[in-house]
Amino acid sequence: MNTSITLNHLKPGEKAVVKELLASGSMRRRFLDIGLIENTPVECLGRSPGGDPSAYLIRGAVIAIRSEDSEDILLRQ
Amino acid sequence: MGLTNSSVGVKAIASALEIQKQTSEDRVIALAGNPNVGKSTVFNALTGMNQHTGNWPGKTVTNAQGYCSGKQHSYVLVDIPGTYSLMAHSAEEEVARNFICFGEPDAVVVVCDATCLERNLNLVLQTIEITSQVIVCVNLMDEAKRKNIKINLPLLSKQLGVPVVGTIAQKKKTLDELLTALDQVTDGTLVCAPRLISYPTPIEDAIAILSPQLEELCEGRLNARWLALKLLDQDPSLMEELESYLGKDFLQNEEVTRAMTCAKQILEEQEIHQDRFKDMVVSTLVSTAEDIGCSAVTYEKEGYHAADRKIDHILTSKVTGYPIMLALLGVVFWLTITGANYPSQLLSTGLFWIEDRLTDFFLLIHAPDWLYGVLVLGVYRVLAWVVSVMLPPMAIFFPLFTLLEDVGYLPRIAYNLDKPFKRCCACGKQALTMCMGFGCNAAGIVGCRIIDSPRERLLAILTNNFVPCNGRFPTLITILTMFFVGCAGGIFSSVLCAVLLTGVIVFGILTTFLVTKLLSKTLLKGVPSSFTLELPPYRKPQIGKVIVRSIFDRTLFVLGRAVMVAAPAGMVIWLMANIMVGDTSLLNHCAQFLDPFARWMGLDGVILIAFILGFPANEIVIPIIIMAYMAQGSLLELDSLLALKDLFVANGWTWVTAISTMLFSLMHWPCSTTLLTIRKETGSYKWTLLAFLIPTAMGVGTCILFTSIARFFLK
Repeated sequence: MNTSITLNHLKPGEKAVVKELLASGSMRRRFLDIGLIENTPVECLGRSPGGDPSAYLIRGAVIAIRSEDSEDILLRQ
Repeated sequence: MGLTNSSVGVKAIASALEIQKQTSEDRVIALAGNPNVGKSTVFNALTGMNQHTGNWPGKTVTNAQGYCSGKQHSYVLVDIPGTYSLMAHSAEEEVARNFICFGEPDAVVVVCDATCLERNLNLVLQTIEITSQVIVCVNLMDEAKRKNIKINLPLLSKQLGVPVVGTIAQKKKTLDELLTALDQVTDGTLVCAPRLISYPTPIEDAIAILSPQLEELCEGRLNARWLALKLLDQDPSLMEELESYLGKDFLQNEEVTRAMTCAKQILEEQEIHQDRFKDMVVSTLVSTAEDIGCSAVTYEKEGYHAADRKIDHILTSKVTGYPIMLALLGVVFWLTITGANYPSQLLSTGLFWIEDRLTDFFLLIHAPDWLYGVLVLGVYRVLAWVVSVMLPPMAIFFPLFTLLEDVGYLPRIAYNLDKPFKRCCACGKQALTMCMGFGCNAAGIVGCRIIDSPRERLLAILTNNFVPCNGRFPTLITILTMFFVGCAGGIFSSVLCAVLLTGVIVFGILTTFLVTKLLSKTLLKGVPSSFTLELPPYRKPQIGKVIVRSIFDRTLFVLGRAVMVAAPAGMVIWLMANIMVGDTSLLNHCAQFLDPFARWMGLDGVILIAFILGFPANEIVIPIIIMAYMAQGSLLELDSLLALKDLFVANGWTWVTAISTMLFSLMHWPCSTTLLTIRKETGSYKWTLLAFLIPTAMGVGTCILFTSIARFFLK
């Protein structure tokens, strides 16, 4: 069970845990601000009508993130 | 491109912070908090000042101040922008951080969302690192109760080392405890001992070396531990502020420099470089918040968000997302049109009855004709029109819209529309500013501050005018009703009118997309920046409050502005229509001059001049048209829409004229207030000029195109 995927590949309804943030700069800080650090559980709640962005449950808050940003978040399933 | 921070008005917010005390005894309280935690509601409840709050992130874009008093003291409350952190990644965060650090508030109240406490604690922890004078206000306790979330406030207070009060901001009584805590904390009768956040060993070692040196030099102006942490962090924006706050010499102090080198060495030995340092600091904060959250909060039911998820699934799904958005828009318009119809007629009957009495009065006192003309036919008649036509739709539209906002639907619109906006290299938050534009374009433009990227903010500012503001709705509704629905009334015609109006709005939105795309391929080249948007929990709207607030805050404000403009404009227009130059009036001369060009656009000279004279406020476009036509000899009593239609048709209006006028109303120069706001927000005449030219060119072009096509087929 040591496969790692990125957050954008998480399908609606699936849950996983953050392994590593690959993002850098301002995006990295923004992820940290919303509490995305190692071992943070995330759940994909759904996608917007256009298929992107997707909504994720992160520490009790629902945050919409675009796929090109969420592909920089490595997960452990 | 000149797209720097200062050119797009970010600096303007940062510098606009001046505390105005009512008495010198006033104590300054900073009100901090994450976006969308009801911070502004707390602010309003405490101060009684009307400041509009919305259920979307980042509503407070300027600092609002208000006054309140507890049993002991009086306070100046400063509502600082909502932020997730004080690490200053955006203009708002910078304002918030600078005020807490350098504004020397007597205490800081951090407002938290009880339903999402853990994430909010991050900001609390960052605040108690800076100052010990902190009170945590856990708001939305009622929402938490509804979701079966239990919060152990005494334990939370013990863990944080600062007072914690639970509030329901709508219930003023719950705020008494907060005021008591404020009295105690600012008096020093309640001494806070904030929890020290323990960082990994190397960072703690580095702090231990640096902070004693700083302690002496700070003289209590700043927390030495926090300062040490920030000096090690080397955040350039903070360094600048520190330099101006503490003086240049401070950081060049020999002992400080020596300690810095020593501390840096410890970190380097452990291979903790700048980025890793930041990560470790943030991770420590987040996991500390998690620990505290886990012990103080219990979720009694697993799926406490289940209802929200179900609603989200309906409102944002592939199949139903867009149709529901359109339907809601249509329903809002339908309710507005239907509901406004009757009171509008009542008002207009009443106001024209008063006009008759005024006429009697002027006849009685044998007033000269010109005085009667200027005051009654000019000023009063335009005012009566503006009030009777604008007030009822506004009094319905604004509360309905505020209701959608209060429930939390607007961020879902941004979520739904992010993809199309991204295609245009812009940001989904532009949808939020568009929504604000429905009320007033100037407000929409100020709202553009919620967009972080300067380029995307400019795109939103330049295209905001393509959603019709409240001043243009009456024009659109009147023309639609007269020419396309029929004045017979009945449910069918009102539905038809709502559908057509929705169509016009959708056309405006499509134009927004088109222009945004064109701009990002030409003048404002760039790739879409990143986007994170919080979708806040749905909240039960407080219907009573919404109605009162939107009527007083918005309706009367907008109406007041319209009346202020309409009164003098009414006079000017009457004079223009009645001062004869040669054999025809001044207004006619102008209209005739513009006529050939206007005809090309499917309008006539009078309509075009009405739009030009309507520059101060779009509300007066139709009154000008009426007055100009009336002055041309038609002696109609305008007691109904039917009579109005007859007047228009007698002056050559066809359905082509009607559509062209609506198109031009949708797309022409922004009103003067909006342009002034654009100038202020962009800090540049160039962008202001563009904001004038783009919609105008689009409007002229579209009208000409439409008219040519229509005429081709009519032949």
